[in-house]
Amino acid sequence: MGDAFTNISAENNPVVKGEKNGGDIFNVEGLTMAYGDYTVMRDLNFSVKKGEIFFIIGGSGCGKSTLLRHMIGLIKPAKGTIYFKGENFSGADQRKKTEMLRQFGVMYQGGALWTSMTLAENIALPLTEFTDITEKDLLDMIDLKLSLVGLNGFGAFYPSEISGGMNKRAGLARAMALDPTVLFFDEPSAGLDPVSSRRLDELIMEVRDSLGSTVIVVSHELASISYLADRILFLDASTKTQAQVGTYEELLNSNIKDVRVFMNRGVDPREKDGEAK
Amino acid sequence: MECLRLSHPKKSGVAPNATAEVSIDSDVAKITFKGAWLLSDTRTDIAGVVKELNSDFVKKVRFDLSGVTTYDSSLISFLLRVYEASAQKNADFDFKSLPQGPRSLLRLAVAVPEGERKKEVQASNNLIGIISSRAMGVIDDFRSSATFVGEASIAAVKVARHTAHFRMCDLMMLIQRAGPEALPIVGFISFLVGMILGFVGVTSLGMYGSEIFVADLVGIAMVRELGAIMVAIVMAGRTGAAFAAELASMKVNEEISAYRTFGISPMEFLVIPRIIALTLMFPLLTIFADAIALMGGMVVSVGLSDVSMDQYINRTISALTLVQCSTGVGKSIVFGFIVAAVGCRMGMQAQTSSEGVGMATTSSVVESIKLIIITDAIFAIIFVIFGI
Repeated sequence: MGDAFTNISAENNPVVKGEKNGGDIFNVEGLTMAYGDYTVMRDLNFSVKKGEIFFIIGGSGCGKSTLLRHMIGLIKPAKGTIYFKGENFSGADQRKKTEMLRQFGVMYQGGALWTSMTLAENIALPLTEFTDITEKDLLDMIDLKLSLVGLNGFGAFYPSEISGGMNKRAGLARAMALDPTVLFFDEPSAGLDPVSSRRLDELIMEVRDSLGSTVIVVSHELASISYLADRILFLDASTKTQAQVGTYEELLNSNIKDVRVFMNRGVDPREKDGEAK
Repeated sequence: MECLRLSHPKKSGVAPNATAEVSIDSDVAKITFKGAWLLSDTRTDIAGVVKELNSDFVKKVRFDLSGVTTYDSSLISFLLRVYEASAQKNADFDFKSLPQGPRSLLRLAVAVPEGERKKEVQASNNLIGIISSRAMGVIDDFRSSATFVGEASIAAVKVARHTAHFRMCDLMMLIQRAGPEALPIVGFISFLVGMILGFVGVTSLGMYGSEIFVADLVGIAMVRELGAIMVAIVMAGRTGAAFAAELASMKVNEEISAYRTFGISPMEFLVIPRIIALTLMFPLLTIFADAIALMGGMVVSVGLSDVSMDQYINRTISALTLVQCSTGVGKSIVFGFIVAAVGCRMGMQAQTSSEGVGMATTSSVVESIKLIIITDAIFAIIFVIFGI
């Protein structure tokens, strides 16, 4: 079974060319995340700009995925508010939240495809549930989304019949089904070989550039971060709060030792140069 | 000093072979270790050392391990307890006075954040903590049950208003799995139960020459009580457990989260079709089970006594009333709802681990059978009160 990616570009895709601007799409204010009495992270304050690729990084178990689950409404904040397009997302009632959720696409770590459905049915479900699309358009959309991730011809396959990497790409195709405003990725490179990982990164970049979606990625893959990230939020497990928000270069040369060490694969360049902080 | 090697405990002697002595000089407590610090040998009790360290004067704890000939984890465990005692009274713990090996291991052991270790200790050692955590568990369980029932009720109202979202093909597939595919096992069990009742009847009633009443015994017992209960128990183990395992696995694989993030209610999409399928199929399975059990009873009765097939069938028809048939079939609708709802609840609220899937499956069967027996007892009381 082939695992090749289709080379996609803004020019040959019938989608609107994205436009980056400086407006915030997400604002997180004073967010505290907790499981019962156990506080995961506290007092998070950051914003995500429209059209940017925003990374959430930090050591294993620091709460990156938990933050993502807060941002997609799966967990309610213990304290603080998450605003989406200026509206209170975390405190919205179910009807309003469902409306907002339809602007999100989420690619989970393992793809999280619905295993009882074929890849085509996985993509079709959100379209049939939330649009009045005709049968012909539906088939066209399924073809398009599968082609975008290099899986054209795999529509009749079940998730159990394809590889892990293909499952992830199918997960991305499903996440893009409703042309979301924001795409979330939870550890997209986890479990992939370096070549597949790089191709998935290129795909994320292409999707952002061609669809104009805002992309929020949870990861600790430095290669992906350096290639994709416009801005990065670093979560510090030891202080249980955010350490820094900035570009890749800013974090690489951060004044905070933990951030600097993380970004330099466990080595502090300043200590190496004899100027330890 | 010989490095770490684990050994097996074998005895407790009078005088410890491995010793730790505390000497206090102004505000510094120096602990001198001597001998072979092995789990298999007798060692100084930590309690005495901690007691001495708790002296108000002690502000710093230092170590001398030059007399230790060999050691295993017992020494690290001892040092960890000393570290905890020092931390509790804010005394300075001098890591530098420890040799490289024990120091590295101890640093690893204390690397876990204090809060997390405390939580574990509180949960395991404190009796009041155990009781309160169990009580909180019961409250949480009740709360989650209430939440599930509430969400299922809202979804049921949506079904009644034809605004619920689920795929008809999923419902049909579930009906196929819960109905026709369950016929062989339900039929097999029912036939055997009918035969067992037949044997009991022929043996007991045969003593009085009343073998013909075996038809009454098998017919009334199966149609009123056992048919519905046998179907419920078989289906709790077969389909209810499958629902729990399926939904729990979907939760582990984040498939349920994926529904939520598309704004699709898993309650409407996954739970409601399962409840509808089982509630519809249970009465039909019960009628089937009753018929097969009657045949089982007839085979035994006709084979072991002088009762003919015609006599047995006629006696069964005259013994059974429409009310008796209705009670069994009516109860089966409630049992079907219970098995489906419990299976789905356990699956939807399972922990996201492979152990969670197993626990959800087991709990689903146990809870379903428990609730079926309780509900049957309630039905029995109601039928007695109303003279049914």
